[in-house]
Amino acid sequence: MRYDSPLAAVGNTPLVRLPRLSPSDEVSVWAKLEDRNPTGSVKDRPALYMIEKAEADGLLTPGCTILEPTSGNTGISLAMAARLKGYRMVCVMPENTSAERRELLAMWGATIISSPAAGGSNTAVRVAKEIAAEHPDWVMLYQYGNAANPGAHYATTGPEILADLPTITHFVAGLGTTGTLMGVGRFLREKVPGVTIVAAEPRYDDVVYGLRNLDEGFVPELYDESVLTTRYSVGSEDAVRRTRELLAEEGVFAGISTGAALHAALGVAAKAARAGERADIVFVVADGGWKYLSTGIYTAESTEAAVAALHGQLWA
Amino acid sequence: MAIEVRIPTILRNYTDGRKSVEGSGTTLDELFTDLDTRHAGLRDRVVDNGELRRFVNVYLNDEDVRFLEGISTKLTDGDNVTILPAVAGGAR
Repeated sequence: MRYDSPLAAVGNTPLVRLPRLSPSDEVSVWAKLEDRNPTGSVKDRPALYMIEKAEADGLLTPGCTILEPTSGNTGISLAMAARLKGYRMVCVMPENTSAERRELLAMWGATIISSPAAGGSNTAVRVAKEIAAEHPDWVMLYQYGNAANPGAHYATTGPEILADLPTITHFVAGLGTTGTLMGVGRFLREKVPGVTIVAAEPRYDDVVYGLRNLDEGFVPELYDESVLTTRYSVGSEDAVRRTRELLAEEGVFAGISTGAALHAALGVAAKAARAGERADIVFVVADGGWKYLSTGIYTAESTEAAVAALHGQLWA
Repeated sequence: MAIEVRIPTILRNYTDGRKSVEGSGTTLDELFTDLDTRHAGLRDRVVDNGELRRFVNVYLNDEDVRFLEGISTKLTDGDNVTILPAVAGGAR
């Protein structure tokens, strides 16, 4: 495959069957490897789409500053595109996110403003909105409410999956900005009658300071419940356990939110197998494990030790 | 029929501080009625007028029961039920 620039190489990621984790020949689980994008995450797709839409609308002009609340990946994608396109990048990020994410953002030349850990992404969004009000000339693309975010997945991720797997019955992805689920979900619902769209939502239990449920109180403007068939709530322990299983069983080295998506995918796989139904279940590997190595979860002796190692950190 | 029920911190005063308890029933409704015989008052905190309370989320094997059959959702031996409080706006 040949492309005219690194930015043009976003998307067209592999879709791989997971033979060991699939329950049977009739019920297959497939991983869409979004870590194979230029900066290593699914967020390259919406980031590029949002920037190019803002350019087309005349909002972004050379020398502009882009501001974005982000727990990491979107900021990294935007920072890379901003550097190549000549914009300044400012990210608002919760203070309890991993060191690797901060290092990557700094590497791409982004300025990081830390928001308090309490309230997680919710607080980062509020802080970013305050900063945007103080700097009316800065452009906040605002991934939680920007139609170009699901638009990227409607135009690229959805068609790629359907072309590779016309027999798809279930699509599973993490519920963050909701962009992946809304975009791919709408596309598949138009093309595949009866397709099941499944959200995997992070549940922080008692692990992350006093954050529990505060994040759940924030509903992105993009969210449209009618696109979803069902919603899974995945605790830290299950997310970590599945992340480690994916590595041990299939050799796929993924981030922790991918473990949550896999947990939901295996949940619907088990239901299909019990009901004696055929199923082709696609879930999204949102990023690789590189940015989470410092948590120690991949090499910990046991899931319990890995969960303890993760204590106090946001993983989705 | 044994079903494990995970109890959130805010409701553990009904379970002597225990994080999880066991109950039985063929539906969520029956399960909450059964739990109330040993943990008096718990059902009222979760159920109102025969429906799940608005600011409580209940998950069956991690799946949100509002997308299943709500309080009529059927249960099978070995299932896991998780009760979690939702903050205002969380169920929007």
